[in-house]
Amino acid sequence: MTSLNLLSELPRILAALFLVAVAAAISRWQHLDLEKQMLVAVVRAFIQLTLIGYALNIIFAADNPAAILLILAVMTSIASYTSGKRGQGTPHAMRVAGLAITFGAALTLGLLVGLRVFTFTAQQIIPIAGMVIGNSMNVCSLVMRRMREEIKGRQLEIETALALGATRQQAVRPHLKTALQSGMMPIVDSTKTVGLIQLPGAMTGMILAGASPLQAVQLQMIVMYMLIGAAALTGLAASWLSYRQFFTANHQLVDA
Amino acid sequence: MPSPRFDITHFSLSRHGLPVLADVSFYVDPGEIVCLLGPSGGGKSSLLRCLNRLTEPPPQTIFLDGQDVTEMDVLALRRRVGMVFQQVALFPGTVADNVAYGPGLQADNLPPEEVTRLLALADLPAELAGRDSQELSGGQAQRVALARALATGPAAMLLDEPTSALDPAATRNVESTMLKLRQSLGLTVLWVTHAPEQARRVADRVYLLVDGRIVDEGTPEHLFRPGSQHLTAVFAAGELGGHET
Repeated sequence: MTSLNLLSELPRILAALFLVAVAAAISRWQHLDLEKQMLVAVVRAFIQLTLIGYALNIIFAADNPAAILLILAVMTSIASYTSGKRGQGTPHAMRVAGLAITFGAALTLGLLVGLRVFTFTAQQIIPIAGMVIGNSMNVCSLVMRRMREEIKGRQLEIETALALGATRQQAVRPHLKTALQSGMMPIVDSTKTVGLIQLPGAMTGMILAGASPLQAVQLQMIVMYMLIGAAALTGLAASWLSYRQFFTANHQLVDA
Repeated sequence: MPSPRFDITHFSLSRHGLPVLADVSFYVDPGEIVCLLGPSGGGKSSLLRCLNRLTEPPPQTIFLDGQDVTEMDVLALRRRVGMVFQQVALFPGTVADNVAYGPGLQADNLPPEEVTRLLALADLPAELAGRDSQELSGGQAQRVALARALATGPAAMLLDEPTSALDPAATRNVESTMLKLRQSLGLTVLWVTHAPEQARRVADRVYLLVDGRIVDEGTPEHLFRPGSQHLTAVFAAGELGGHET
């Protein structure tokens, strides 16, 4: 693997930045106050991506399984923390998000490696895990939020069902379905329209890097199927784990 | 199933650290209609929810036929003690779907003639079975909720202000249906209401609950007789706590 030489692409990066400068100038001229935030975003992106570029370079070169697992653990932790924050209002939101994302991501990645779709090498697993975990995080946040809204908003229906002798699982089932469907909708819709509206990231990247469109399309299929699978597994786990936070073992809604 | 007896003994309840009910004790005899009367927000509904354990009561405070409800199987308890709420929540689907909900939870399919029988118990025509549950009047919806609660074959009913969202005519109709049901099915009924007139019309006995305590009790004839100095008569005159409607 060649070592990363950032400076080789510097002119192209600066050219891309020129566009940002134009937008910032317009913002300033029109007093839109966007330029400061844009500057922060541009600087952050530069620093973060440079660091991760060097870090990945070292990790790819080392290709140590323990190091890969450590990176996966860090990625999962950050995703769980972010999703848990979004899930505030659900008791034990961090734990729910952590378990759901870990479950969805670990099962998906485990299957992909087990079925020899990808090898357990840093160069393959880390970018793939980034997509899987990031996607699982989004689904987890959406499902947890909707589950909480459903249970809070449908208290009367749920307690009516409980009063008729329904278990907590029976009482919550229609609302769990709604939460799961709404959490899965973005990924299902983007999978349905893939290629028709936009070329997704992995495919765009491969084509830009010089691969043939047919090669790129094949990789993209793997990516989409893997993402929709991971989303479903994470969403199922998130909805199941979060509804249980709102009930006692005696099929009572927790007073909150 | 023979109608059961309720005993509530030294029941206290606090919410957010504030006492809601303090040392409340009373009973409901088998086949009796007992009204828990009092101003809104007095903890009557909170107490009612403990009888079928929608809220967990403290142990050794609520007994069904002498058995502590906290030691019973909660799902079996709820099938035996039906409940009708102030706000009716009908599930999406037809009236028949709603009536069949309880038996369906145990994978019993309710035959159409059974739906018809349950609707008739709630004084509803058989034709209503196919109607969309969201297209009913308030009175019809409350009756469907009643038929739905009866479908699990309860021996007792908890009624939480079942008519407070209904107009006077629908209110009277639900009252007469309940009186008839008690007669035909021998149900034990605990009926929460803030309306003294309703308690007077339907109850065998009345408990007056104000500020978390039972302050008066007796038969309606006794409590509401002309010139009565009973607190219940005072409450009925609108001079005690609550906001009358």
